[in-house]
Amino acid sequence: MAVTSDIAVTPEPEVITARRPAGALLRSSLRLWRTRIGVALVVLLVVVALFGPFFAPHGPTDFVGAPNTGPSDAARFGTDHIGQDVWSRFLWGGREVLGMAVAATAIGLILGGLIGLVAAYSRNILDDVLMRAMDVILAFPQIMLALVAIATVGPKTWLLVLTVGLTTMPRVARVARGAAQPIVERDFVAAAEALGVPRLRILVGEVMPNTLSPLLVEVNLRLTYSIGLIAGLAFLGFAPNPNGADWGFMIQENRLALVQQPWGVVLPVVAIALLTIGTGLVGDGIARAAVGIDRSRGGE
Amino acid sequence: MSTPAPALVVTGLRVTLRGTDTDIVDEVSFSIQPGEVLGLVGESGSGKTTAGLALLGHTRRGAEISAGSVLVGDRDILKLGLGELRRIRGSVVSYVPQDPAASLNPALRIGTQVMEVLETHSFGADQTERRDRIAEMMREVALPDAPAYLRRYPHELSGGQQQRIGLAMAFACRPRVIVLDEPTTGLDVTTQAHVLGTVRELAALHGAAALYVSHDLAVVGTLAARVAVMYAGRIVELGSADELFRSAAHPYTRRLVAAIPHLSGRRALVGIPGRAPSPGSRPKGCFFAARCTLVQPACEEAQPDLRMVGDQHSVRCIRAEEVIGQAVLASGAADEIAAGAAGEAVLSLRGVHAGYGELTVVHDVNLEVAPRECLALVGESGSGKTTLARSIAGLHHQRTGEILLRGTPLAASSRGRPREARRDIQYVFQNPYGSLNPRRTVGQIIRQPIELFGGVERPDAAVAEMLDRVALGGRYADRYPDQLSGGERQRVAIARALVCRPSVLVCDEVTSALDVSVQAAIVELLAGLQRDLGLAMLFVTHNLPLVRSIAGRVAVMSTGRIVEMGVVEHVLRAPSDEYTRRLLSDTPSLETATA
Amino acid sequence: MKLGGIAGFVVRRLLLGLLVLGLVSIVVFAATQALPGDPARSILGRTATPASLKALRDQLGLGGSVLSQYFSWIGGLLHGDAGNSLAAQEPVTDLLGDKVVNSAFLVFCSGIISIPISVAIGSYAALRRDRTFDVSTSIATLVFAALPEFVVGVSLVVIFATTVFTGFLPAITIISPGARPWNDMTAMILPTATLVLAVTPYVVRIMRASMIEVLESDYVEMARLKGLPERTVIVRHALPNALGPTFQVIAINLAYLAGGVIVVEYVFNYAGIGGALRDAVSTQDLPVVQALAMLIAAVYVVLNLLADVATIIVTPRLRTRL
Repeated sequence: MAVTSDIAVTPEPEVITARRPAGALLRSSLRLWRTRIGVALVVLLVVVALFGPFFAPHGPTDFVGAPNTGPSDAARFGTDHIGQDVWSRFLWGGREVLGMAVAATAIGLILGGLIGLVAAYSRNILDDVLMRAMDVILAFPQIMLALVAIATVGPKTWLLVLTVGLTTMPRVARVARGAAQPIVERDFVAAAEALGVPRLRILVGEVMPNTLSPLLVEVNLRLTYSIGLIAGLAFLGFAPNPNGADWGFMIQENRLALVQQPWGVVLPVVAIALLTIGTGLVGDGIARAAVGIDRSRGGE
Repeated sequence: MSTPAPALVVTGLRVTLRGTDTDIVDEVSFSIQPGEVLGLVGESGSGKTTAGLALLGHTRRGAEISAGSVLVGDRDILKLGLGELRRIRGSVVSYVPQDPAASLNPALRIGTQVMEVLETHSFGADQTERRDRIAEMMREVALPDAPAYLRRYPHELSGGQQQRIGLAMAFACRPRVIVLDEPTTGLDVTTQAHVLGTVRELAALHGAAALYVSHDLAVVGTLAARVAVMYAGRIVELGSADELFRSAAHPYTRRLVAAIPHLSGRRALVGIPGRAPSPGSRPKGCFFAARCTLVQPACEEAQPDLRMVGDQHSVRCIRAEEVIGQAVLASGAADEIAAGAAGEAVLSLRGVHAGYGELTVVHDVNLEVAPRECLALVGESGSGKTTLARSIAGLHHQRTGEILLRGTPLAASSRGRPREARRDIQYVFQNPYGSLNPRRTVGQIIRQPIELFGGVERPDAAVAEMLDRVALGGRYADRYPDQLSGGERQRVAIARALVCRPSVLVCDEVTSALDVSVQAAIVELLAGLQRDLGLAMLFVTHNLPLVRSIAGRVAVMSTGRIVEMGVVEHVLRAPSDEYTRRLLSDTPSLETATA
Repeated sequence: MKLGGIAGFVVRRLLLGLLVLGLVSIVVFAATQALPGDPARSILGRTATPASLKALRDQLGLGGSVLSQYFSWIGGLLHGDAGNSLAAQEPVTDLLGDKVVNSAFLVFCSGIISIPISVAIGSYAALRRDRTFDVSTSIATLVFAALPEFVVGVSLVVIFATTVFTGFLPAITIISPGARPWNDMTAMILPTATLVLAVTPYVVRIMRASMIEVLESDYVEMARLKGLPERTVIVRHALPNALGPTFQVIAINLAYLAGGVIVVEYVFNYAGIGGALRDAVSTQDLPVVQALAMLIAAVYVVLNLLADVATIIVTPRLRTRL
């Protein structure tokens, strides 16, 4: 711990304006163009997913013509493999993917964050037990565990959300524990211990605020994967509602007619791609801003 | 006096932030004779390492050398291309880094790392000659030259041994110039004394011109005949060590010397208020003007030039003559420090053992601290002093024996202790960068104990009063720790400890992370607070001279045992224990430096 | 003694891996056999007759206590008997044998291409930090890391197999019975490319980060100040230290490949375990699902073990601490 090293560029303590932890982080990350593009993409796709159905010319399961016809006046982007309107199904198809992904990420974040922080702070056998339990779940690729569950119960909405959430949990827990571990070793935690501050208050008041930036990055990353995973399961044919509109499922139903009528595949593929790229960019922007802030904070 | 041609001549060296006109270091000029050691002293951020690295034509990321010349013989290092520079580095000009543990490649054997210097610079005709040279170097730095030793990895060596490998690599090709960048920081005093001795011998033996960069005037004084003092990227004074310590011509040097604790004669330490201007925010006049007591309008007009005030003594101050004429600043004016127990002990330790798992690091410690008394606990790293201090605060749980607060035994863990005991014993941590939560304001941090223990009617007023007492002022309440300097942070930590009026204060190496001028100010503050508030204080430190300025009694700790305890005057003048004697003789100080 | 240290370490990690696999088997068993309801009924549906239900229950080993069911299943697995497939009515091991080889070949191709490429790209990006190459690599890895692999796969099909270059590359990989995937390498191109694109970004990013950290280290600065040629500084001083943390990520990603193949094989109708798993899930062929889950988990555990050993070998400091 060489505190006396003189670095070429001494940080200027006066110029740091970062104050409110999360807010400052988001603000400074918005100064990066990649975050802006990411936010724009996410907002665009969320708007499409949430409000799309209000602008859909047809219902998601209405038959409007012959199967696999190209774009026409009746169907702007043609019809799909059984004659439904591709454009309408596209506008209807985002809600489910997005809603399930957000719910699953929230479950994973809350459980994983809690487990990671408690494990790091406990510093005893509980830490080992919790993290070994997480390792067991980590021994499966996420999609594998989801498929095992689907094999028994079938592709139910609650099951998909729960399995994606539970498989997200150990990954978040690892990050949370990693972020909290150096923090619980810091002397301000020891100072609170010496004063006798209750453990829960130390965890919530002293440790958690200092792990916010890595967790914020992790949320975005996990949301990106959850979207990909849930859309991927639908693509494999495991959507909760086999006749309903779902971006992942649309790709799977229309891919055999890719040559005659590509729109049924291209629209949802582009939508999922832009959405995941968007959340990915936001996460990366926040990560970069966090590094910048931590650096200007002058290290340990 | 006949002067041989200097081995190194640096003129007008200027290093700036890359692509800008903001200088980190400017107008640095000096020369070094073969076999001479020049000390380059400065506090953190003064640019001393930047200046040192520039002698090898190297800058850290984000900086560039933009002017000046570095002449070794008749070759200007700064004019060389990258290929030529590579041939020079390690062979003609070599470097000994600050942190030996981080500077040796963890994945390579030490023998390989020494050998590659020789191979790269084609030193010696063949492998056999190189191996002989390595064996010779190992003996010169007092390490085993056995092949088995050379097959070790860096982590298998102690800190002192790692630094000796650094020296062996640096001297291997018999360079003409060697830059040593605080090579003894982080080593304990005994190892430091050995390494310093080796440096002195090697420089003389090889006739190398050495630049010894350090923050520690006392260390530099024991090693170098001439010393340059750096402040805010400029050399402000350059002269013989003797002149600098006895009759410095720059106000900054004066204050720096006054801030250094002495081994003999009780002195109050005087810190320097304010902080050095950082690159980009430096004024057009003298950089020290804002902190100088002798400042006059002319000082703020223009940067003073370096001018001669003696035979080999130059200074960057327009009032140097007056400064030289002044008496040495406020020494010996210390108040009498209470030595000895005045009344019943407030804190007593009886047969305390503490350890980690199987390992016991504190053995059978017995001591007492009386009200209004400061007991210093001195020991080198690994002596168990911090473990003992943490046991008292209830932060280290694996201990046996009794720790009593006013006769009542305390539980090992702070959580097992009654509220009143937790309030009554407070602890200040070594590193102020780690002991304050970066997400809370100073006000929130100081309020935390009030909220927990209650008993304070107007918390805001109490916080403001405490901030005044630690000389920060109420306006600091809304700031975050990262807006504060190290010294300011440590003041906040002290305020947090004292806001609930404890009767025992445990200070664990509270100044070791700070510059000397800041250390002096903190010690000044703690001594005053201890006196005014009537605290019983346990002051843990590795810095023996510092003890004199704050404590009445001292306990010396070695390998987990207290080997000597007594009144500071007696222990420092006539130590009875062999370990204390060795510690005293190995500790560099201004007295031994200028003797 | 050091070798003994490594051997001891391997044995300890092996035991830990077996423990994890044991727990994994419990999870798999619990998820397939002990979930709410009667698996037999949920498979056969409402129209099942009591006789057919009983027959299926016997086949699934649903008689007796949960504990005895578990032990008969795990005992069978340990003897290489994963039971009979419900759909195909033949032993699971016969059914999957060839497919395991096909999938392993796909993973092998992807790994052998992506790992050297990503280590090289990551290191080079670190050396060219903040220059054009680094910035464009950063954006490309960001985009490809975010894309789900089926989106990449389908996009590759759209681009290379249908529209512009119609017929340029086969859209699906047909492996005729008895043939091996390496008999027709053009059919391997798109599936391999998809997996390479899915995995490379992660390894590139960790390699870059790790390399940058090492390049900023004191010992690399020291190596330069010793006057070593830049090549030596990078090859001897920087790379070995940067590779350590990367091994872990490579292992995780190879394991991820094992999961990624499920979707990618389905995209390209590739006759591997991924496609088999997808079909088994949709027909609720539990013995096949169980066997594949255990297989993929075992691959993961072994890869992690290998990564730990590799890290130990390149990090002397960890070696002596054993």
